[in-house]
Amino acid sequence: MNEHNPLLPEVATVIETIQETHNIKTFRVRLDDEERMAAFHFEPGQVGQLSLFGVGESTFVINSSPTRMDYLQFSVMKAGEVTTALHKLNAGDKVGVRAPLGNWFPYNDWKGKNVFFIGGGIGMAPIRTIMLYLMDNKKNYGKISLLYGARSPADLSFKEDIKGWLTDKKLDCTLTIDNPAEGWEIDAKHRVGLIPNVLKELAPKPDNCVAVLCGPPIMIKFTLMALKELKFPDENIFTTLEKRMKCGIGICGRCNIGGKLVCVDGPVFSYAQLAQLPPEL
Amino acid sequence: MTIRFLTTDGLAQWLAKVSETRRVLAPRKEGKSVVFRQWKAGDPEPVLAKATIAPKAAVFPPCETLVQYKSVKDAEDLSKTNLTLEAPTQAEPTLLFACRPCDARGILALDTPYLNGRFKDPYYAARRAATVVVSHTCDTPSPTCFCTWVGAGPANPEGSDVLMTSVDGGFVLEAVSENGEALLAESGLPDGADKMDQARATRTNAAKRITARKDLSKAPERLKARFTDMAFWIEQTAKCLSCGACTFMCPTCQCFTITDEGEAASEKGGQRLRSWDYCMSPMFTREASGHNPRMAKAERMRNRVSHKYWYATEYTKDHHFSCTGCGRCIVQCPVSLDIREIVLKAIEE
Repeated sequence: MNEHNPLLPEVATVIETIQETHNIKTFRVRLDDEERMAAFHFEPGQVGQLSLFGVGESTFVINSSPTRMDYLQFSVMKAGEVTTALHKLNAGDKVGVRAPLGNWFPYNDWKGKNVFFIGGGIGMAPIRTIMLYLMDNKKNYGKISLLYGARSPADLSFKEDIKGWLTDKKLDCTLTIDNPAEGWEIDAKHRVGLIPNVLKELAPKPDNCVAVLCGPPIMIKFTLMALKELKFPDENIFTTLEKRMKCGIGICGRCNIGGKLVCVDGPVFSYAQLAQLPPEL
Repeated sequence: MTIRFLTTDGLAQWLAKVSETRRVLAPRKEGKSVVFRQWKAGDPEPVLAKATIAPKAAVFPPCETLVQYKSVKDAEDLSKTNLTLEAPTQAEPTLLFACRPCDARGILALDTPYLNGRFKDPYYAARRAATVVVSHTCDTPSPTCFCTWVGAGPANPEGSDVLMTSVDGGFVLEAVSENGEALLAESGLPDGADKMDQARATRTNAAKRITARKDLSKAPERLKARFTDMAFWIEQTAKCLSCGACTFMCPTCQCFTITDEGEAASEKGGQRLRSWDYCMSPMFTREASGHNPRMAKAERMRNRVSHKYWYATEYTKDHHFSCTGCGRCIVQCPVSLDIREIVLKAIEE
């Protein structure tokens, strides 16, 4: 982050791109300034504004873990002008980066607790950073679980990572897809069903447990209902919010919910915090 | 604090002297409007009227370049190009002359997000540091003025460096900040303390002529209670055209958009621009997915009024409303919507 001028991006180079699904692509970038890259620090949950000069800028969570700093990783769903242009990038291309921005998951408050992650579709991106961070600091946490769902096997992102997650002893990983698919062998870790229903099947206990939930609005709505059925209190449920953003630094007045700005007071919020805000998601 | 006296006849001469070291922005008549333009020695005298649009452009221009980008051939390897970025954050020393106290208080309101937030905006900070504000206190408020309702007034010093008040034969200039002291010290003008009583009388009379003050202290809690009362907001917003005149004229409206022009891959390059935007626009909060939290104009009006009369009181240091009571939104609205009516109705039980 350019502390003197938070509206001026730093130039970075794309070192690798990974086509995750038909409309999600992952970019790994390094700041061109080696000193700045070596000194770069961010907290899990913080975001960056990626620029394509001449096109525009958009906000993405830094979904690599702060414990793994070979590159900064962003996963981009193709949705509009900037993301369509980003999807055309190849290794060697230049982008602008303004990062880190926003707040982060309050992982210090979660020490000694179990953490249950629920990701839907591209919602897996913010989950990835905090989940990897906790796994790299496993001794401070209880059981770490992941329920990751997408429409179909092809729509699951981070397919390479998933192979490791399914066998990693530090993580209890369950995947689910909406409808049966060829090649998808149903077992305890490979289910078929909507996320809220599978969550109720898994029935995590709310005692000493924090739930982190990210995904499209409809998935959040019904998964939240399921978590409430399972008796998770609002202060133990966390999510990340999205808004149309421009400055990312709390001055352009666009991303507010009530008196809070998602770009500086978020994107991470607990449900207890959201309950204090006007209902304007 | 320093008080000086400037004669009516001496005004142009003093401004000419200041214009040797500063850009002078002063009100001028253009057609039916009064706007702030650069004043140079020899120009007709400024019109000492309240401007049609608040002079926030002095510190927050309608359009400015944030970043200039271009690609130049690498000197050592001509097959390579290097992307270069430049950010023009310099500002010209400026005198903002004869704005109104409501305009100056508006600039103070812009300080909250741009200077006192988590990050400081260097473009705004440079212009702000370079600008000295001389406010002309009001003689004759309009029926649409309501500065006293929001904790301001026709001679309120907040945001100003010098208060200028009309008296017989000229103006009393009263420094109300360090920058104001410096401006008056270098002016060479005679002392004006003996005319201060006249100035105070003018100011008191002006305050009396503002429409009788209504109590808005309950506005934050009542707007909070009204948030889900969509029938109320739909009724209040029924006439609104979402034209945005209110936001563009407003001294405290801060919202902007960022757009890119040109291309980065050439020597000619392009620029990233910041331009005024308006929260009353249907597209303001539209996300790439198509989801729009404020698709209905009633939701946008609710946000605008709530921001100025509720949210601002929570996050600003001084807990002021983000409204200076200048009344321009009322004067300019093509369908005569009146924010005073909306807030007062919201407060009604």
